[in-house]
Amino acid sequence: MQLLGAGIFILLLIASSIGFILKRTVKSEKGREVIVNLNARINAWWVMIIIFFLAMATGGIGSVILFGLTSFLALREYITLTPASRADHRALFWAFFIITPLQYILIAVKWYGMAIIMIPVYAYLFVPIRNVIAGDCKDFLARSAKIQWGLMVCVYFVSYAPALLLLHIPGREGQDGKLLYFLVCVVQMSDVLQYVFGKLFGRHKIAPSVSPNKTIEGFLGGVAGAVLIGTGLYWITPFNPWQAALMALAIALMGFFGGLVMSAIKRDRGVKDYGASIPGHGGIMDRIDSLCFAAPVFFHLTRYFFT
Amino acid sequence: MIAALFAAGVRLFTGVQARWLGCEPDAAQRVYFANHTSNLDFLVLWSVLPAEARRKTRPVAASDYWRGGKLRLFLADRVFRGVLIERKKVTRSNNPMDQLVPVLQGGESLIIFPEGGRTTEPEMRPFKSGLYHLAKAVPAVDLVPVYIDNANRVLPKGEFLPIPLLCSANFGAPLRLQTDEPKDAFLTRARAAVEALAEP
Repeated sequence: MQLLGAGIFILLLIASSIGFILKRTVKSEKGREVIVNLNARINAWWVMIIIFFLAMATGGIGSVILFGLTSFLALREYITLTPASRADHRALFWAFFIITPLQYILIAVKWYGMAIIMIPVYAYLFVPIRNVIAGDCKDFLARSAKIQWGLMVCVYFVSYAPALLLLHIPGREGQDGKLLYFLVCVVQMSDVLQYVFGKLFGRHKIAPSVSPNKTIEGFLGGVAGAVLIGTGLYWITPFNPWQAALMALAIALMGFFGGLVMSAIKRDRGVKDYGASIPGHGGIMDRIDSLCFAAPVFFHLTRYFFT
Repeated sequence: MIAALFAAGVRLFTGVQARWLGCEPDAAQRVYFANHTSNLDFLVLWSVLPAEARRKTRPVAASDYWRGGKLRLFLADRVFRGVLIERKKVTRSNNPMDQLVPVLQGGESLIIFPEGGRTTEPEMRPFKSGLYHLAKAVPAVDLVPVYIDNANRVLPKGEFLPIPLLCSANFGAPLRLQTDEPKDAFLTRARAAVEALAEP
């Protein structure tokens, strides 16, 4: 684990040095803009990675709290962007202050059976019930669905990341935190490498109507890089190298599509970012969109094949 | 101290983003006037002012609501030092102007909502004449238009539990009453200045 930490630390040092050099050398107006954003991103990475390692160092509870707060903030950005009627107010109050904390409490107390159905069954049914009590029928289906969707994506799917600590893999008692390192490393490195390859070699847009910055070159380079990194990290997982490679591939692909789907929502609302809370990156949701889609798939693949 | 903590709490809860589009965030004496959709409006606006400006800026609020309980009165009196005015039965003896003009003459700033009450429609109501009378009484003070977005979703009219959505406050360029400008023309111009900040 110290090895992984040291590796990430060195990677960040290299990134910061490159950012520093580029800041000195790039002169063109447009280039400078990209570099200012790049350096803001790298600085934010330092902060995010330190927070993540501190949370992981506390054992299970720190990561549950970290992802719980992340869900809360992501849901806040999502709902802010999603127009709702006044009649949704009470249902939203429940979503923020009852359902979100409850989901993470269920994970903290390791009640797998309930954590896995609370939102898809109980919260899913509760939202339209609360809305129908409020009595406003205008756009009823769309309004309820938007809240249900927000709870699923921002809360339920994100909660699969700390839920990795609930998996009991034979012969690996007390080491489940490492699966979370694996997931977060692969999904975030895939994002970073897609950005890097896209900026360096990107020529052909992959989804121009949804995400104009994503390119085929970035996609291929990012996914290939993420698979290599995932394979290289097999020793912290219960997987052998080729299993780790396939897992990393699944994570990178789901992450890519997660980014696209969440971008489509932004595009529809006419904004570029979900928020401005992480300098250079946008909002919390902009940073975790890929994790939302990758975490549940990685969890269930691991659970099905390895427990 | 309590005020600073309270302002930080409001900023955290509403994640409010202040955009100073037409003026600088400094402690100059001003009358901030804004759209009004939620009881949170003045808190949002007040909380994003720089600390020094906040200490000398007093929101104008409805007397009937803020005198309605001990906690409210404490908040209004001690925390954000509201100027509580009568809005239902205005007579010659309790004319709000008699309270507001001395505050400005004493060098402090004000936050006012010229629509006269919270709206639930997306359109702003026509402005009441208070802003005009203030501008006439203290012509040397800058009048700063502010558009507050989303506070009505955090705490809609008629609800008592807020939800933590993200708000923003856009500050525009200051106006002043021009010589011989008629009342209606001035109020229309002031309202348009707020409206123009809705989509910066």
